[in-house]
Amino acid sequence: MSDVGYVVAAWSLTGAVLAAYALRVAVRTRQVRRSLPDDDPRR
Amino acid sequence: MTVGGGVTVGGGVTAAQAGTGRMSTPDTARLLPRRASIALGWGSLAALVLLALFGLWGAPPDAVQGDAQRIMYLHVPAAWLAYLAFGVTSVTSALYLWPRTRSTVWDLLAGASAELGVLFTGLTLVLGSLWGRPVWGIWWAWDARLTTTAVLFFLYLGYLSLRRIPASVETRATRCAIAALIAFVDVPIVHLSVNWWRTLHQQATVFNPALNPKIHGVMAFTLWLGVFAFTLLYVYLLDRRYGLAVLEEGLEERELDAAIAQRVADAPRSQPVGAGHE
Repeated sequence: MSDVGYVVAAWSLTGAVLAAYALRVAVRTRQVRRSLPDDDPRR
Repeated sequence: MTVGGGVTVGGGVTAAQAGTGRMSTPDTARLLPRRASIALGWGSLAALVLLALFGLWGAPPDAVQGDAQRIMYLHVPAAWLAYLAFGVTSVTSALYLWPRTRSTVWDLLAGASAELGVLFTGLTLVLGSLWGRPVWGIWWAWDARLTTTAVLFFLYLGYLSLRRIPASVETRATRCAIAALIAFVDVPIVHLSVNWWRTLHQQATVFNPALNPKIHGVMAFTLWLGVFAFTLLYVYLLDRRYGLAVLEEGLEERELDAAIAQRVADAPRSQPVGAGHE
């Protein structure tokens, strides 16, 4: 693999990992928020 | 914010309920106001896009390493953010252990920041490997910097595992705070390892012992842009992850209360003393 290949792999992987983490937190937050009753102040 | 013993440290979050003997979860799932959090999210995204433009096209290729050096604009900020995240975990853990400031807020913040630290340390290791292959010719070496960073990764992975072991909130928070402070000892070792042991990894370019950064112009700007973008992203993700931790803790608390109420309702009523002896 050329140098450019390693660079593309590194930048793509970083973007994918960070996006996946942010998405996972957002989805899980929505799930837990829906599980709490309407009157809970944390919602 | 009111914490155990009624000490106010500012912020509007009730932490320890005096008199109940039970730490409650914070009453708000936000560190930052909603608008600030949204602005931070978009700001970090814009900074990351700008970083990609400079890191992939704006900055010139390195005279020795060529294009492979462009991985530095991610690898170094990820490593610094790992230090920052574990630093925040240590400070918040110490604040939890200190009786005057004891609060569930610090425990949840410590856990959220440690998770991000593990994420950034993992990225640092993988990016370093992707950079090492074209430059050193190998994916991995038992070099001092690489090894101590791997140890750091596993130490905080252990910390996150410790947080998942079932226990009361107080027990979990106390043992995790102690573990976090012990694990943080490895952070200065990681940073200074390149000075203490001369192995494969290069010495510090910016924060070297002579405090004479050996990087200039657009390359230096792009590196600092990377640090700025990753820091914004860290603060944004910390806010979101902390919010999730508060919600999860609240849900667990409610489920526990419901289970106890159900158990009490299902228990056979005991006969009052003296009943049936009339």
